[in-house]
Amino acid sequence: MNELLNLLKQNALESPENLAKMLGTTADDVKKQIADFEKDGVIRAYQAVVNEEKLDASLVTTVIEVKVTPEIEGGFDRIADRISRFPEVDSVFLMSGGFDLLLFIKGRTMHDSFSFVSEKLSTMSGVTSTATHFMMKAYKQSGIIMNTGDDDERLKVSP
Amino acid sequence: MNDSKSLHSKIAKTVREIPRSGIRDFFEIVSSREGVISLGIGEPDFVTPWHIREAAIQALERGVTSYTSNMGLLSLRRGISQYVEKKTGIQYNPETEVLVTVGVSEGLDLAVRALIEPGDEVIYHEPSYVSYNPTVQFAYGVPVGIQTQKENGFRLTRAELEAHVTPRTKVLLLNYPNNPTGAALSKKDVEEIAAFAIEHDLIVLSDEIYDELTYDREHFSLISVPGMRERTIYLHGFSKAWAMTGFRMGFTCAPPELTEAMMKIHQFTMLCAPILSQEASIEALKHADKDIAYMKAEYKKRRNYIHSSFEEMGIPCIRPDGAFYAFADISQFGMSAKEFALKLLDEENVACVPGTAFGKCGEGFIRCSYATSFEQIREAMVRIARFIEKLK
Repeated sequence: MNELLNLLKQNALESPENLAKMLGTTADDVKKQIADFEKDGVIRAYQAVVNEEKLDASLVTTVIEVKVTPEIEGGFDRIADRISRFPEVDSVFLMSGGFDLLLFIKGRTMHDSFSFVSEKLSTMSGVTSTATHFMMKAYKQSGIIMNTGDDDERLKVSP
Repeated sequence: MNDSKSLHSKIAKTVREIPRSGIRDFFEIVSSREGVISLGIGEPDFVTPWHIREAAIQALERGVTSYTSNMGLLSLRRGISQYVEKKTGIQYNPETEVLVTVGVSEGLDLAVRALIEPGDEVIYHEPSYVSYNPTVQFAYGVPVGIQTQKENGFRLTRAELEAHVTPRTKVLLLNYPNNPTGAALSKKDVEEIAAFAIEHDLIVLSDEIYDELTYDREHFSLISVPGMRERTIYLHGFSKAWAMTGFRMGFTCAPPELTEAMMKIHQFTMLCAPILSQEASIEALKHADKDIAYMKAEYKKRRNYIHSSFEEMGIPCIRPDGAFYAFADISQFGMSAKEFALKLLDEENVACVPGTAFGKCGEGFIRCSYATSFEQIREAMVRIARFIEKLK
């Protein structure tokens, strides 16, 4: 992958000046590259990776496997797009294997997720079956290990 | 008899007369403080790649806990031979020319002890890794340090070499890419040094532990020069590029006569390198190309960052070609390297190593390791900039 994108994936808040120093270029060049990435839709957004466990009122994440009947024209795209528009849907992926769509749903309670499945998802035409799983704990997310206890074990000065 | 003064007098004179490592003194001061950002660490900040660690775990589970052949596991020596050939084009017979050692430090000690008789001279460059001078002295050799110059990018020149060679010179000891200066040699530099060694019939110990960490061009090995394989002990190991310092794995490649001589000392003093480390190293040679490339790319970005930061501050610093150290020239502030490092530690809680730990000509320089996370380097540079602003 592009070196600048790699650095932004590690820390999207890094200043263009610092990024430029690492890449041996100018801050203006970095700004221009970022603007191009944004314009071309390569960079879609900048988000914080949040350790939900540390929050008092953490969100419940539900993972749902969905089987659907593809449409003659449009295949899976149209139904996937419809599902994606619900605000409680965090991610939607088309999968190979025993089911078609994999959904990640965020809700305040299990009941929120349940109502989404029973009232909105299952009733949608084209959806033939669903299997719902509740996520228990996130160990690693978006490349970040959630447990922060990785102290440097090295001697503080060595030859 | 048991008071400390009389015990001191029992210690061998050679050992008594060698001063403690400057690094150790500094380490003790730094260790007594909290919240230090350390640019003083001479080992990778990456943990050994997981698949290599897992190879060691699996070996332990299989009950692999025995001695190995003195030379090291043959499968590992075969892997080393293939690796060296791929890198340098030079073949070594894994049965007679490859020796697995406990780190490059042991390899260097074996090489020096196998070659040096009392009074033999060993030419090496300063600044240098801290063990070079003492290792020669422990073997009753005479270390002849050449003070390399910032103007030459801390590379050895033919003229400097010629000025230090005598009829007693037997060995030339080199380490490029270099700890602590980050200097690396071009193909032409290497060829000139090789011509010098051949003309004066010297044995060369070439410590190329940092060869994978050469940033802007391919590393060119001394053994690749025609006529050098016959007179070189090639020293290498897994600590740096594979981030395996604690495994203590090194190796030597040299003609059979030299390997046999080193082997004699190794078998009676060390017996063999630890078997779990050898098992891990077999995995390292097979499947770590991607890990090495990743770590190298990270170091390169930090190198760029630390180098341009020093330039912005008005601190001259040769752009390091290899290894993971920046050797910054702080002579403009009118204090010794040690004073500067202590004051920086005291006022801003940033640790770096005074250049004098690596030889007298390191006076006026500090070694800043960039084997630490980018966030730490960024904060350290902010603190150093603030520190020198007050000095100006």
